[in-house]
Amino acid sequence: MYKKVIMSAIFLVTGGWDSVTAGEDPNWAGIVRQAESFVSDVEVHGFLEGRGGFRLLEDKYEKDMSVMETRLQLDLSAFPEWGNLKFKGDTLGDFVTGDTHFDIREANFACSPLEFVDAKIGRQVLTWGTGDLLFINDLFPKDWQSFLIGRDSEYLKAPSDAAKLSFFSDWANLDFVYTPRFDHDRFINGERISFFNDGLGRISGEDAVVHTDKPNRWFGDDELAMRIYRNIENYELALYGYRGYWKSPGGMNLRGQAIFPDLNVYGGSIRGALGKGIGNFEVGYYESDDDQNGSDPMVKNSELRFLTGYTQELAKELTGSIQYYVEQMTDYDNYRDSLPAGAKSRDRSRHLITVRLTQLLLNQNLRVGIFGYFSPTDQDSYLRPNVHYKISDDLAVEAGANVFLGEYNHTFFGQFHDNTNIYTSVRYNF
Amino acid sequence: MLKFLMKMTVLMMIFSWSVSVGAAGPEAMAEGVSAESTSSVVSVEGAAGSAEEKNPEKKLTVEAIVNKANLMAYYQGDNGKAQVNMIINDYEEKIEDGKKKIVTKNTRTREFNILRGDIEDGGDQNYFVYFIKPADVRKMVFMVHKHADIDKDDDRWLYLPSLDLVKRIAAGDKRTSFVGSDFLYEDVSGRSLQEDKHELIETTDEFYVVKNTPKTSQSVEFSYYNVRIDKKNFMPMKMEFYDSKGKLYRIIESLQVETVGKYPTVVKSKVTDLNKQSFTLMEFSKIEYNIDLADIFTERYLRKPPREAVR
Repeated sequence: MYKKVIMSAIFLVTGGWDSVTAGEDPNWAGIVRQAESFVSDVEVHGFLEGRGGFRLLEDKYEKDMSVMETRLQLDLSAFPEWGNLKFKGDTLGDFVTGDTHFDIREANFACSPLEFVDAKIGRQVLTWGTGDLLFINDLFPKDWQSFLIGRDSEYLKAPSDAAKLSFFSDWANLDFVYTPRFDHDRFINGERISFFNDGLGRISGEDAVVHTDKPNRWFGDDELAMRIYRNIENYELALYGYRGYWKSPGGMNLRGQAIFPDLNVYGGSIRGALGKGIGNFEVGYYESDDDQNGSDPMVKNSELRFLTGYTQELAKELTGSIQYYVEQMTDYDNYRDSLPAGAKSRDRSRHLITVRLTQLLLNQNLRVGIFGYFSPTDQDSYLRPNVHYKISDDLAVEAGANVFLGEYNHTFFGQFHDNTNIYTSVRYNF
Repeated sequence: MLKFLMKMTVLMMIFSWSVSVGAAGPEAMAEGVSAESTSSVVSVEGAAGSAEEKNPEKKLTVEAIVNKANLMAYYQGDNGKAQVNMIINDYEEKIEDGKKKIVTKNTRTREFNILRGDIEDGGDQNYFVYFIKPADVRKMVFMVHKHADIDKDDDRWLYLPSLDLVKRIAAGDKRTSFVGSDFLYEDVSGRSLQEDKHELIETTDEFYVVKNTPKTSQSVEFSYYNVRIDKKNFMPMKMEFYDSKGKLYRIIESLQVETVGKYPTVVKSKVTDLNKQSFTLMEFSKIEYNIDLADIFTERYLRKPPREAVR
């Protein structure tokens, strides 16, 4: 139905143009007809969504409304002989900020120039690695703000403006992702979510939104990510490399602006059947290139990160998974020595356990799930319960919460305590 | 930059070493397994063939019948492709003017393209399922590497296009609903013949009726099921599942069979769950066999589905 309306609107425009030009030049008519047949092959889909949520606790730096928005997503794709074209964009009426924004999520062209090569160029969402809501070697931009205020999990991934080239062979496969200008995370900056501000030594929010000095020269401040991978008897082995910048602020300059220092990451992963389920292991070395020996208090130190996980079906339609994740500073003594007097110091290692339980009910139309992060070292946790019900093939409703608990107000999840929120949404897919 | 590339080269060298060490073992093992199972299939078929020539009516063993039926239902050609339409309904039986009437409600639809590639007849297979409808699952891909060995779980992947995420799915109970329909995973990809004891309980003019009793009853919800197999072409036409009290509770029917190329093919089937009071109709269209298909059952094609799957 929607497709018809949109397509007839496009036809009205192109058709009108056709009748004007056709009389003047017969070649034009041919071109227009070709264009029309191309346009009629475009698949149009998307959704219309309303989403609302509010804080359960008083946060003196933020509004009570955590999310209140209507969103129209249009998803256009075409598959001409020479490749695939894709456009996906959101129009968002945001009542929290009082703005209307356009967010282009995908605008790309994909093709296979050679039998063993795939290319995808343009704005795209990129993911690799083995973690579940934990990322080590996936250095593609994330939208942490959307994640914490209760938007659909699709929005945790922010798009990249990049070119991805993939080479395939029997020996191994190789991916290169070149981002000509640094795409940082949509990180927590005080807008909508309050957090512990190291510079001020207290929780802050809208009162002190983070100012950044970010690398933004085209082709000068670029990123390169690569992956080499192979599947042996369905055990997926991969090696990763990244050269770019800390994706969320990793330091501060003398003017008090947050900066994104140089970062190189080297890592590997394996995933495959283990017992009755799936096991995975991933490791990465975060080399903070602007602070090689860890003695610069203004730049994040190098770290070793690893995670191991296991997923299994526990009963019919009930799946459980558990992950153990550690990040460890490599030059901890230098870090301690360089801290200014009175500053709160981090532990050498941050340990994290995650648990996911998902139950499908009512012919898989109802999904009840919870994802929880628990840190024994930070003594904090973050719970994400969610219930999703498909009323019909087109219509779905959802409700959930983001609950932050912590002993201290400066730890990773503890700092978000006052942002604890609940949300609900209704979505019509077409 | 140079330093970065040097470090990556070292990593690649380590990787290539680990790959070459790792590759020898499992692949050699897989060859051993496949050689063994091929020979067993051949011997059963050979036995069936010679028996058939002497006396087609009586000498065909039940193993030969179920083997032929398995190949007919799940292994036609070297590969295959179809567009599948599913209609899932709850139903109620009502008596109106003394007549029994079935009223459907809560209707859901599914539409997907399915591609199948056989590694060997009666053995391992790969499936690639590209979803078209409903809109919220559009472009998702579900891929299965099915293993005929009952001690080895199938490998399953799900690709979520909005996140560009290749998710590995834990091997599950195969008697779980496929995409929320009344069909189970096992109905779609086939139940291993090794799981059941087979008895030929009746031979009619048209059908062989085979009773199948699971060797280990704990893993399934039925106590046995009967299959009516068409004597002409060995197509399973009706499966009836009975619970522990001997009550019929689930029926799968082949409603329409057509010959595509040279292969008899079920183009319409129906499963009814009498306990849940729901049924699912599945219709196949755009069926093709032995298409020119590269090895699409890999991560590459999850992220960029082949033309054959999209169209």
